[in-house]
Amino acid sequence: MTGLLLRRIASLVLTLLAVSALIFLVMDVLPGDPAAIMLGTSATPETLEALRRELGLDQPLVLRYLSWLAGVATGDLGMSYTYGVPVAGLIAERLVVTLPLAFLAILLSVAIAIPLGVASAARRNSVVDTAVGFLSQMFIAVPGFWVGLLLVLVFSVSFGWVPSGGFPGWQAGVLPALGALVLPAIALALPQAGVLTRVTRSAVIEVMNEDFVRTARAKGLPRRKALWRHAVPNALVPVVTILGLQFTFLIAGAVLVENVFNLPGLGRLALQALSQRDIIVMQDVVLFFAALVIVMNFLVDLSYLALDPRLRGRT
Amino acid sequence: MMPFDMSPARRIRAILASAALSTALLFSSHGAFAARTSLVLGMTIEPQGLDPTAAAPVAIGQVTWQNVFEGLVAIDREGKIVPQLAKSWEISPDGLTYTFTLQEGVTFHDGEAFDSSVAKFSLDRARGPDSTNGQKRFFAAIDTIETPDKATLVLKLKKPQGSLLYWLGWPASVMVGTKSAADDKTKPVGTGPFTFVSWTKGDRVELAANPNYWNKAVKVRLETVTFRFIADAQAQAAAVTTGGVDAFPEFAAPELMDNFKDNADLVTVIGNTELKVVAGMNNARKPFNDKRVRQALMMAIDRQTVIDGAWSGLGTAIGSHYTPNDRAYVDLTAKLPYDVEKAKALLAEAGYPDGFAFTIKTPQMAYAPRSAEVMQAMLAEIGVTMTIEPTEFPAKWVQDVLKGADYDMTIVAHAEPMDIDIYARDPYYFNYKNPAFSEIINKIEATADPAAQDALYQDAQTILAEDVPALFLFVMPKLGVWNAKLKGLWENEPIPSNVLSEVYWEE
Repeated sequence: MTGLLLRRIASLVLTLLAVSALIFLVMDVLPGDPAAIMLGTSATPETLEALRRELGLDQPLVLRYLSWLAGVATGDLGMSYTYGVPVAGLIAERLVVTLPLAFLAILLSVAIAIPLGVASAARRNSVVDTAVGFLSQMFIAVPGFWVGLLLVLVFSVSFGWVPSGGFPGWQAGVLPALGALVLPAIALALPQAGVLTRVTRSAVIEVMNEDFVRTARAKGLPRRKALWRHAVPNALVPVVTILGLQFTFLIAGAVLVENVFNLPGLGRLALQALSQRDIIVMQDVVLFFAALVIVMNFLVDLSYLALDPRLRGRT
Repeated sequence: MMPFDMSPARRIRAILASAALSTALLFSSHGAFAARTSLVLGMTIEPQGLDPTAAAPVAIGQVTWQNVFEGLVAIDREGKIVPQLAKSWEISPDGLTYTFTLQEGVTFHDGEAFDSSVAKFSLDRARGPDSTNGQKRFFAAIDTIETPDKATLVLKLKKPQGSLLYWLGWPASVMVGTKSAADDKTKPVGTGPFTFVSWTKGDRVELAANPNYWNKAVKVRLETVTFRFIADAQAQAAAVTTGGVDAFPEFAAPELMDNFKDNADLVTVIGNTELKVVAGMNNARKPFNDKRVRQALMMAIDRQTVIDGAWSGLGTAIGSHYTPNDRAYVDLTAKLPYDVEKAKALLAEAGYPDGFAFTIKTPQMAYAPRSAEVMQAMLAEIGVTMTIEPTEFPAKWVQDVLKGADYDMTIVAHAEPMDIDIYARDPYYFNYKNPAFSEIINKIEATADPAAQDALYQDAQTILAEDVPALFLFVMPKLGVWNAKLKGLWENEPIPSNVLSEVYWEE
């Protein structure tokens, strides 16, 4: 158990190191000079030189990489070229929007998918099953940002229940902040709920066909109890795997949805930094995403141990 | 690294201030009987930093210019130069000495007094070796700066610079404090009618009225101003319809303007900007080095069709690199009018009876690919095949086109006002070299006499309209949509800005 943990942590650090080198190289070969972008069409060569000096872009590649790495290791993520403030602060400001949004979306998609998936598995080939199948197809097929636009039209423009976008900040109170996140969370959650419903359905059906469920039923356990006591808990492993993967999709999908709802989240920061070639911000954000994915996968692995006692004895 | 870090105490103060402001906003929007004194103004692009003297993006000036920062002179809503921190000036007959008499009793928001030494500091910072001012060229003609007394500033020039006074009115030329300049990028401190309160990156900038504003002639009626940055056009429309944003002075999508027509709470105002949409050509490359080819391409294009296709018919056709806002404007759209037969004849004369093929590098901004598609169809009429190559703006476009001049044709909106001189710059991406034109630009700078300059500007416009180093298409409209009770916003935009000192809510 401890050995497994240590090995996982070591591979985690190595992966991050490799990712950091990759990001740095990609950013470096990307066309576009941050200084030229910041100084516009009338900049003179001397001003470009002065700005490159100020941003440290006149240093050689390896030196820039090492100083970035050393900074990251000590918690100093550097200064944003365009904003002129520490990147760590920028990421922190955006996380308080993106993380709650992602968690809210996960909660919603689980709350939608598990009951639908189980119901549809329990009544295979019934009207319910067909309806759920149709619904989940639709959730998957319809793009999140479009759902977002539709939700804004209905709930903000027509009904006026929630603001059409933007984020008041948590200092404005929990309710207004959550209010601003509800529509984007729904827009993010629906496609994920579609996928999750189908996974849940097939996993439950598979388990229901297993011998031990048949045995339980043969011993006289009602179908309903067999479903909830045996089939659903055993179907959770694939569901949690997908959930872990989805978290990364959610963070990525947040870019579009944050744009539609004008939320100052991490996705918008990344997009803006990319278009302005705020390379240091790009590097930090991508590295952060990579770390998040790696940690998430790690947590999913750990959750298998909790969900499936058989795995605990191994390694 | 850079001295922009926020100390914890400052950060807490900033948070408290913004919390107080949000609460204030909440109350003011509910106080139906009190006069409204808060404004939420929407912009498409968030500024990068808030110091217009340290980076070029126009969004910086659109938040801070005339609101937080002021200049020696200013540009008014008609595009005229008006006194500001300099109450008067005198230009020597040889055009080499500018003597400014400065306003007295002016202080920056942090209490620092404005005088000639601060003005000298500001100009020296903009023209010095470490300057990252996007318009450093403005100050290149300045030789020495003298401060005989606190209220007098004397600029001695190396050579006459007829545009200097105009340039001093630009956002890039504003006065900054000696103590605060280094932090202006994140905490702008100026002399203007509004003080900086907070900046929630990615979302909003908040300003509050400056109680100690020096200019008593200006009655500022807004108490608080929030700039909100909303990139998506649909989100902009939703925000202004639901009242989340009071005004979008520059709404992003012309095709959505009709949606506001039946809304009695909103007004739409269509004005002019300085954004000249031009399809620049590489004049050093074959066949664009032949004036007849360029003229043929111009005559193959019906500007109105481009405007209809690209910008829902909103926008003004132009025949040169000049807008109706600009002084001494001449309408030259009839110089090379839409005439397919004439265009074909010109092409044949130039040795391309069967046309030719080339590539246009188009940035992703909506107007560019849309214009290019319309142009593609029209050029096909004269046998010219144009391939559209999407080119990421700004990064790749700046590298390929602006810096590298590695392109046949491109299309972009030039935002800088009165920038007809770009055709005399060397190097510049058009690779256009016309000594007669450059001579006119030099003459404009050599005189300080407005009438003489006006005549020269007309000559310059005419030469370009005839030579078409770029295909001159149209000026972007300023698509304003705002609350019908809101008054005082600029309808036209002689310089990119959102001047709020005269904005108020009608009872």
